[in-house]
Amino acid sequence: MNAKVLIVAEHAGGKLNPATAKCVSCARTLAGAEISIVVLAASAAGVAAQAAQLPVARVLTLENPANEPALAAVLAPQVAALAGPYTHLFGASTTFGKDLMARVAGLLDAPQVSDIMAIESASRFRRPIFAGNAILTVDSSAADKLVGTVRAASFEAAPSGASAAPIEAANVSVTLPTHTRFVSVSAAKSDRPDLQTAARVISGGRALGSAEGFRLLYQLADKLGAAVGASRAAVDAGYAPNEMQVGQTGKIIAPELYVAVGISGAIQHLTGIKDARTIVAINKDGEAPIFEVADFGLVGDLFQVIPEIERLL
Amino acid sequence: MKRILVGIKRVVDYNVRIRVKPDNTGVITEGVKMSVNPFDEIALEEALRIKERGLAEEVVVATVGPADCQQQLRTALAMGADRALHVQADGVIEPLMAAKVLLKLVEKEQPLLVILGKQAIDDDNGQTGQMLAALWQRPQATYASKLELQGETARVTREVDAGLETLEVDLPAVITTDLRLNEPRYVKLPDIMKAKKKPLETLTLGALGVEPRQQLKLVRFEPPPQRQKGIRVKDAAELVEALKKKGLL
Repeated sequence: MNAKVLIVAEHAGGKLNPATAKCVSCARTLAGAEISIVVLAASAAGVAAQAAQLPVARVLTLENPANEPALAAVLAPQVAALAGPYTHLFGASTTFGKDLMARVAGLLDAPQVSDIMAIESASRFRRPIFAGNAILTVDSSAADKLVGTVRAASFEAAPSGASAAPIEAANVSVTLPTHTRFVSVSAAKSDRPDLQTAARVISGGRALGSAEGFRLLYQLADKLGAAVGASRAAVDAGYAPNEMQVGQTGKIIAPELYVAVGISGAIQHLTGIKDARTIVAINKDGEAPIFEVADFGLVGDLFQVIPEIERLL
Repeated sequence: MKRILVGIKRVVDYNVRIRVKPDNTGVITEGVKMSVNPFDEIALEEALRIKERGLAEEVVVATVGPADCQQQLRTALAMGADRALHVQADGVIEPLMAAKVLLKLVEKEQPLLVILGKQAIDDDNGQTGQMLAALWQRPQATYASKLELQGETARVTREVDAGLETLEVDLPAVITTDLRLNEPRYVKLPDIMKAKKKPLETLTLGALGVEPRQQLKLVRFEPPPQRQKGIRVKDAAELVEALKKKGLL
């Protein structure tokens, strides 16, 4: 039996999140898989049209005013109601996908494989455990249906083509709960590229010393068209907001260029960056563990080195 | 009684350097320090603070696993939990099974709130809280960095990719904790002595009516691929030069 995969689209502000295209790439590594995407939204047409550009068999839409802002408790029963014909249900391993998919798995009484980094067969998956200090291969042959979250950093985005997949409005008959209500979301407005998809990322650690210290990085980032990230220590110290945290419990990223400034390189941080193509470390402590993984290491005072790099560009 | 149920897991201490067994059947746990999963410590701390503010009367801590887990339950009792429930089970306990066990405990204890860590630092699954909420058909607020109880509801600030999201959930509900929710207290020696006298009840899967079930076979454990060690550059100029050469700038 060939795999039939349903991917839950992630979107905000009418835009499809690039992580969804990475889920498609992951699903395409399942031999002969038939892939569908479902868009849950108040009004799905725009996002569905973007999803239909991806190499998939069809895009399903589930429109309901209750679907925005997205709440796992509201979306999960709708996804579960659609799950019948599918062998695999995937979402991205983002806070949206992790929150939602495990609830879907609970409703379906199905096991979940979290953070899929590679697929070996329809029932064999590789995933990091112990903060990436070990890689585990699991076999799901015993399960009829499998839920998975896809580690976006492990996959390239599937190509967007000219031919569009058919878009079909789906219907499910489920009672949606009202016990969970959206109040607000606060995010610092930024003109910089998105941390999770940027080709270049500059991150700062506690050595930046203050929120003002981070301005050095913002200036350099703007010159490079880079996104700015932060270590857990810098976020805990209040130098940077939580959405900038890179690492095991923050964002896992895979940019072309990652510059770690004043970051010692705790295991949980390294887990978040190990798929970066090139890692640069700038730190005044030559013994810092970050140098173990850096392609280019520079031992020096960041307050001198960063302005100098900026001048040289 | 206004009760909070906190789930905890015994895991390899976060300071231990993980090594994969040479035969690839697991990671080395012999002679390794075991602790309460750090996110679960945060969950317990939050429950204790809610009780200390007078908004709950009892904090019950629970775990599912082999007999050794009682050490971590004693640690939780020393931190301040009022009593502990140990559901005895051997072998691999998948999140779905842990959620089913917790659901049985929820039915037994009727808590106002269940607080769990957002993930365990050993298997990094991050599923149990959401699965429990699904099975219980109650709200979930995952990755909490702030929790305020307001009568019949809770207002929860969540750390999400976009920033901070605030939800209002009806109680009872399942909350999973993120790092910045609080800083767990240290256990003091007299509390360890007191914890020995606190009630710890042992239950079996059979008595709770939960079938042991493992659906994911653990095929192979491997160490992660190592990155090649790179080169040291002497100054900013050399760094910029090297990056330009690689086409990165």
